[in-house]
Amino acid sequence: MSEAPDVPAAADAVSAAPDGRPAEAQPRWRRDFPIDWPEDELVARRDFTKFLVLTSLAFVAGQAWIVFENLARRARGRPPVVRVASLDEVPEGSALVFDYPKPHDARILVRTGPTTCVAYGEKCTHLSCAVVPEPGAGRLHCPCHNGWFDLATGAPLAGPPRRPLERVLLERRGNDLYATGVEVRG
Amino acid sequence: MAVPADLEFFVDPSRCIGCQSCVAACSECDTHRGHSLIQLQYVDRRTSVQTLPVVCMHCDSPTCAEVCPADAIKRTGDGVVQSARKPRCIACSNCVLACPFGVPKMMAELSLMMKCDMCYDRTSAGLKPMCASVCPSGALTFTTRAEIERQRPRSADVNTFRFGGQTITTKVRMMVPREAAPEVLDVLSAMDERPEGAGDALDSVFEAL
Repeated sequence: MSEAPDVPAAADAVSAAPDGRPAEAQPRWRRDFPIDWPEDELVARRDFTKFLVLTSLAFVAGQAWIVFENLARRARGRPPVVRVASLDEVPEGSALVFDYPKPHDARILVRTGPTTCVAYGEKCTHLSCAVVPEPGAGRLHCPCHNGWFDLATGAPLAGPPRRPLERVLLERRGNDLYATGVEVRG
Repeated sequence: MAVPADLEFFVDPSRCIGCQSCVAACSECDTHRGHSLIQLQYVDRRTSVQTLPVVCMHCDSPTCAEVCPADAIKRTGDGVVQSARKPRCIACSNCVLACPFGVPKMMAELSLMMKCDMCYDRTSAGLKPMCASVCPSGALTFTTRAEIERQRPRSADVNTFRFGGQTITTKVRMMVPREAAPEVLDVLSAMDERPEGAGDALDSVFEAL
């Protein structure tokens, strides 16, 4: 029974002003402070302040995180120095499997000459099979997929592996060999 | 998302049985969970059991928004007048005093005005508002115009109200008897109207006492 038109569903419907005049005839303040949500673009001071405070807090938290990370890295310190074997236990041309730095990190020590030794991670960089040293040929062989590594450097020579083996840093103290770190490469 | 244009809210006070279901359901609405914003009014408690559920009528020219000094009350494009924006509301109660239907509620503990927003989370997805979904007698109905005309052929709907010099058109529609349907509901003159005979009957009871 009412004469008012049906409420439009369009998103740009404009509220009728109390005096019933069209939007163009309304005073400026009515356009500045529209009742309709789609026309309202004002950012409230509280919203803006909240944005500033929260953003600043995020920056502060980020800085604190960087400081914390640096401290943690310092606390973690250097890798342990562990005695592997004496030179007498590894005759020239032979090899020895040891764990460094943790119990299940299998490494392989190869004595390549009278005074030279190399140590690598035992896991092939292709699919983690155990590599087999062949000191006579100067290579390491992975039997799973016929991969080959250079004994002097650990670099891949042939087969599926594309990355070099992990190298264990060795140090000789008197007649004993010590592992002092792990060099992860490529 | 917006409230579908073919779905309309119809309030039929003559069907209200005062069961308070809508009051309980209102506080379940996710836009204002825990706060019941619908008001169940007793029209004339001395002489009548008639009750009236008061939901926001969603005026085309919302008086609450007109008087808001903080620009906190907004009307979405589908004609729903939303509850006060929390970052803007300054809890001045201007809207509470200004609304001709008495809909906005001042939540003093929240420093926030809250009002019926037609369960915007539900109606904007095409669902019924909480109160209309539980009303057992159909006093609150959210449906299409064709359906309401089919169900209630003896009722017509009015969405124009007059409060003194102020005429208001609303999105929510009030059901009235079709045979006596007015163009405009003059609320102020209706406030002085008394049900015929009811007052006399009770007066005689009081005189006997």
